[in-house]
Amino acid sequence: MREKVVLALAVAAAGLLAYNLYQIFMVLPDEAAQGAIYRIIFFHVPAAITGMIGYFVALTLSILYLSSGNLRFDSLAASVVEVSVVFSVVNIVTGSIWARIIWGIWWTWDYRLTSALVCVLIFSAYLMMRRAIEEPTQRARLSAALCIFGCVDVVLVWKSIEWFRTQHPGPVLSIRTGGGRIDPAMEHMIYLNLLAILLLATALVLVRTRQEQTAREIDSLRRLAHAA
Amino acid sequence: MPDAIVLDQVWKFYGDYAALRDYTLSVAPGSCCALLGRNGAGKTTLLRILAGLTPFQRGTVRVLGEKPRSDLARRELGFLGHGIGVYEDLSARENLEFFARVASVRDRKRVVDAWLERVGLMRVATMPVRQFSRGMRQRVALARTFLHTPKLLILDEPFTSLDDRAIAMLSELLTEARGRGATIVLSTHQLREAMAIASHVALIENGRLRYAGERTEEMLNDPGLLYRLHTELGAA
Amino acid sequence: MTPDSYTASIPNWVPRERGLASSMRTLRQALSVARKDLAIEFRTKESLNAAGAFAIVILLLFSFAFDPAADATREIGGGLLWLVFAFAGALVFNRGFARELPNECLDALLSSPLSAASLLLGKAMASFVLLLGVELVSMIVFGIFYDMRWWAHPAELAAVFVLATWGIAALGAVFGALTVNLRLRELMLPVIIYPLLIPLLIAAIELTNALFGTQPLTPDQLLWGRVLVVFDIVFTALAFGLAETILVN
Repeated sequence: MREKVVLALAVAAAGLLAYNLYQIFMVLPDEAAQGAIYRIIFFHVPAAITGMIGYFVALTLSILYLSSGNLRFDSLAASVVEVSVVFSVVNIVTGSIWARIIWGIWWTWDYRLTSALVCVLIFSAYLMMRRAIEEPTQRARLSAALCIFGCVDVVLVWKSIEWFRTQHPGPVLSIRTGGGRIDPAMEHMIYLNLLAILLLATALVLVRTRQEQTAREIDSLRRLAHAA
Repeated sequence: MPDAIVLDQVWKFYGDYAALRDYTLSVAPGSCCALLGRNGAGKTTLLRILAGLTPFQRGTVRVLGEKPRSDLARRELGFLGHGIGVYEDLSARENLEFFARVASVRDRKRVVDAWLERVGLMRVATMPVRQFSRGMRQRVALARTFLHTPKLLILDEPFTSLDDRAIAMLSELLTEARGRGATIVLSTHQLREAMAIASHVALIENGRLRYAGERTEEMLNDPGLLYRLHTELGAA
Repeated sequence: MTPDSYTASIPNWVPRERGLASSMRTLRQALSVARKDLAIEFRTKESLNAAGAFAIVILLLFSFAFDPAADATREIGGGLLWLVFAFAGALVFNRGFARELPNECLDALLSSPLSAASLLLGKAMASFVLLLGVELVSMIVFGIFYDMRWWAHPAELAAVFVLATWGIAALGAVFGALTVNLRLRELMLPVIIYPLLIPLLIAAIELTNALFGTQPLTPDQLLWGRVLVVFDIVFTALAFGLAETILVN
């Protein structure tokens, strides 16, 4: 059953991505000021959103684990964080490529860039700590605590860096601006690609969760073998 | 009077592995329950759950009528684990004063003095524990465990690491504690000592409780009896 | 009086309190822990020596990386100092809970009436005092090496140091506790706390740089003070809330 769900999600993501790529490269025109490179926004923004959604899903799952003690929440949280870190890295790399062409530099210490980087660092630390703990229940408790601290910190980073250093383009999606900053066809494309990436992320999370659960089963069998 | 310790269908997991399976056990107030079993059977884990040092996943545990980590349970608890639980860089007196302060013991100075006297360390009270012999350290640990007159004593293999003098002292302290109505749970694999001191025994094998009940005269005369009757290994 | 006379009078501890009395007890117990830790630290000087020596060596090395007499170097003085304090802090925090490992003292503490929250609070207090000591020494060395006159706004500077150091000490205590039983404890702690400390360090650096100058603070810079206060409150509260989860596992 689970395999079929993963397969369905992956097929849907692949189909939608293929359609989107065709639209992005063959149908949508170049942007007036930036030329062809603006197309990176169709991956840059959805990847950022996917990453952020992931961290807060992981926060919810961590709280759920601490209140229920059900290790499934922990496996799921770990998988979600891992996939989110990947998409955050995609976000940073695509942003960097875009910046090199438009601004002429790879990196600037703008608040969004800085907070995105801090996010990746915090949640990489989360993943590294998981590897350093062998006992699954202890690992689940401690990583849930770290995840809560990390998410609170992300909010603080965001809030505090917002007060200075802004070079990054302002918000474009009409949810945040009330409309007018972006052509509706392009905005529509961003959402469509966000959907494709979310589907892909979900499929990846499900695959990873399965692996986490298998790892836990192996661990319990190993303990059983040692105890006997 | 309610039981001092109640375990009802308690499970403890490491990940998916059940280290303790479905424990149901109660210990009456004022009794001394010896947990028996081989190394790795789950004795330490059980004691750590009772002392509130590790969480469990399923079931109910009540210690003196409260949850294991409740304020009341910890105030009435004297715990002695594998380590002696005293600081090497503090003197015997500083160690005891610190633990007395943490336990909000009244009349701290006099209680500490009395304990130093009792465990025979008054003369070296200001020396750092680092310079103590093994036996002296163990006596500091005993004073640390008993100094707030706990109603419940949880002792993990108390006789294994002790020297003769400390064993004598511990037996005396335990008898005295039972005299004032305290409950004792201790783990051991030294059958003879356990049988002599225990009023009840519980036998653990592979994370399962095999037997729990009163210690009978027969067990005292033949310490191996329990193992032969109730373990798979013994039956084989 | 012998212990025997106590056996008759059970209990010999002060009865349970509630509300304000219970928070006073948390504080009192935290102070006992802090006092015990400081007593051990002043006796062994394990982390003080390491952190102090480290801070001074780094300050010395910075004088080679940057021209100590240049004005530009003075402008980044705040950044320099807080990096030194954050790194020196890791040395202090690593010892904080590691000190409880020999003889399984942590078990003795956790099974005592001491609450997990007071244990964390006490550890944070001890690290706070130690780190402030290292900071004071560093400031003197910094003043001499770099000819910095940093006492233009002593009260404000002290406030920034106290607030920022508390934040570092609180996170240091939490993650010192979280990593105490881990493999690679000494390596994991800095990897986890530095990213989390970023907002606090940015605020402390901005404020310290501003206060090194002779101008009064602008309203923009005062906002950074708010970051420090919010950081301290939020993470101290989280530490209290998650103390049991972190320590009992």
